[in-house]
Amino acid sequence: MDAILLQILNGLDKGSAYALIALGLTLIFGTLGVVNFAHGALFMIGAFCAVTVQRILNLSYEVVDETQKDFLGNALKVKTSYVESWFGPEMGGAIIDWAVPIAIIFAIPIMIFIGFVMERGLIKHFYKREHADQILVTFGLAIVLQEVIKYFYGANPIQTASPEALSGVANVGALFGMDIVYPVWRIVYFFFSVVIIGGIFSFLQFTTFGMVVRAGMADRETVGLLGINIDRRFTIMFGIAAAVAGLAGVMYTPINSPNYHMGMDFLVLSFVVVVVGGMGSLPGAVLAGFMLGILEAFASMNEIKSILPGIDQIIIYVVAIIILLTRPRGLMGRKGVMEE
Amino acid sequence: MFGLDKKDTRMLLVVAVLTLCAPFILNPFPTDSAMAQFNAGYPDLMQRFVIFGIFAIGFNILFGLTGYLSFGHAAFLGVGSYSAVWMFKLLSMNVVPAILLAVVISGLFALLIGFVSLRRSGIYFSILTLAFAQMSFNLAYSVLTPITNGETGLQLTLDDPRVLGVSATADGSIPVTSLFGLEMRSTFEMVVGPWAFQFNAGYYLCALVLLAVFYLSIRIFRSPFGMMLRAVKSNQQRMNYTGLNTKPYTLAAFVISGMYAGLAGGLMASMDPLAGAERMQWTASGEVVLMTILGGAGTLIGPVLGAGFIKYFENIFSKINDTVLHNWFAFMPDGLEDFVVFIVHPFIGKGWHLTLGIMFMLVVVFLPGGLVEGGQRIAKWVKGRKNKDDSTSATKNPAE
Repeated sequence: MDAILLQILNGLDKGSAYALIALGLTLIFGTLGVVNFAHGALFMIGAFCAVTVQRILNLSYEVVDETQKDFLGNALKVKTSYVESWFGPEMGGAIIDWAVPIAIIFAIPIMIFIGFVMERGLIKHFYKREHADQILVTFGLAIVLQEVIKYFYGANPIQTASPEALSGVANVGALFGMDIVYPVWRIVYFFFSVVIIGGIFSFLQFTTFGMVVRAGMADRETVGLLGINIDRRFTIMFGIAAAVAGLAGVMYTPINSPNYHMGMDFLVLSFVVVVVGGMGSLPGAVLAGFMLGILEAFASMNEIKSILPGIDQIIIYVVAIIILLTRPRGLMGRKGVMEE
Repeated sequence: MFGLDKKDTRMLLVVAVLTLCAPFILNPFPTDSAMAQFNAGYPDLMQRFVIFGIFAIGFNILFGLTGYLSFGHAAFLGVGSYSAVWMFKLLSMNVVPAILLAVVISGLFALLIGFVSLRRSGIYFSILTLAFAQMSFNLAYSVLTPITNGETGLQLTLDDPRVLGVSATADGSIPVTSLFGLEMRSTFEMVVGPWAFQFNAGYYLCALVLLAVFYLSIRIFRSPFGMMLRAVKSNQQRMNYTGLNTKPYTLAAFVISGMYAGLAGGLMASMDPLAGAERMQWTASGEVVLMTILGGAGTLIGPVLGAGFIKYFENIFSKINDTVLHNWFAFMPDGLEDFVVFIVHPFIGKGWHLTLGIMFMLVVVFLPGGLVEGGQRIAKWVKGRKNKDDSTSATKNPAE
């Protein structure tokens, strides 16, 4: 029982990353009808937003401290970060410590901006072209973004720590009277993703803006004929989708040190998730994300691996292939969306 | 000639001359001159040109003709490499059985994957092939380690059986790959004045194979079968409505292109008897897509051009560094020189992929027909300027 719960927890945090990326992919696909191969790169850029914020906060200057001596008896040079000197050591230290959550504030506008530029500058011109062309051009864009990041940050993974208070482990099993110890940050990640997903759904469900967008997803032409500038709303949705991917990336940095090709690794899986959930179905994407995350976690249990060796490596793909062949529309796919 | 019309024969001859004289053509600069770094006429690189050319030709038969964009083609290349290396381990160091086995095994593998993936089309097909390739990659890395030797990659060892050959040569080293005794690595060097040209047995084997498969692809393009594939690309629904089952045609195209990839993998292993799982990774599949699109999908010569182009510039660009740049721009005033070097710097050396990505995007956006279309446009433009005086009304070219 403990083991099962532990695997579910394991699955939930991976599943939340899948679900967030797949949600963004589906938003873009459902609104603009574009298959965005650069979405993984957006996830990666989000992660590097966190790295940048942490680096900026850690910018420091050196002062010669006469009171301290090193072992040679010279005055010691002490590095003090600007943040600490402005806000005092306690407050400043806390700010530096909480760099990753703070990065969220910066990541949102940056990601929305990148999303706007991408949509207006490039993807807009590809609505009328074949899906193959869309795949190709976004694939090219993904390579470019990846290389730009690599140019500035190097090819090695960059460790980014979570806040001290959230970096330990907690006994989550205590609630159920069991003993399950689990890293706190992963639980935070899960709740964070739930909040984001809930936010997106309620935004679409309970605001006028969301209603118009949903109407546009169902029938773009008619909404346009009603005198609504649907293109602009879709552009905004693209920005939001980019922000969702970026936030998923920001919060993922303490779990997995970001490197420039992390986006590509996640992208392949997220596509599989979208296909399993059903192209263009938002609940499908979320459901499939969590489902596949949990399945993957269970498949990597030693008990299961001893029966079917290597199953943990391929389970997601096997499930995807089975689903595509038996339910071509995916779990919750709508009729008429990408039937071809 | 060979059942081709005049235009195709000419193209085949041009390709033949280019590949057979490649050691000369790719070595235009004397060995000691400053420009020698642009020489590409050494065996290793020439082999790569030709092998990736074969790979891209095969990919083009699927993508260029039927429009099915496979994102998992590297899996077949990987399977081909593994089977060839196994042949070297078990049978003998002769490349013929190894290449044959590579083609057969990858063909069977393609039949299996194609049978499943081709039940869907469009984006689903791309994702299915991607999933299959990634699955094979993961398997090669983990469970199939007894066959693939996991992360280390499959290598020859001294205690391999090699039933028809020898486990180790007289001096106790691993024997080298050969074609009935002709060693693949044997190179004949011809020195003419300051130039040194290298003629490598392995390269010429690859080149001959390339010519054979290029000829085959011309025949496929011009055959009724090729016509059928093009019909699938332009409107599959209409084909279905006329009561025609397109599945056998697309499946055949998929298997053929898988066998091309396997052939490329087999040749790769014949030149250097190693096989690693990273050959199957989806970035490798992406590379062949880049080559085909950059050269011109759906054209005969495009994929070969694209493969040569990418491999050449990959090699050259990666070699250029800041010192070289400073030498080039030395004629400029100092400040300007530093500035130019600063601007160019991100695009060279390790930044080659950035250049490639940008180039690829530009091609997809502005030149969907790739380099071939670019060439045609330039030719048309030149011709148009000549004919301007004769007739103002432009004649419409018949659609290809």
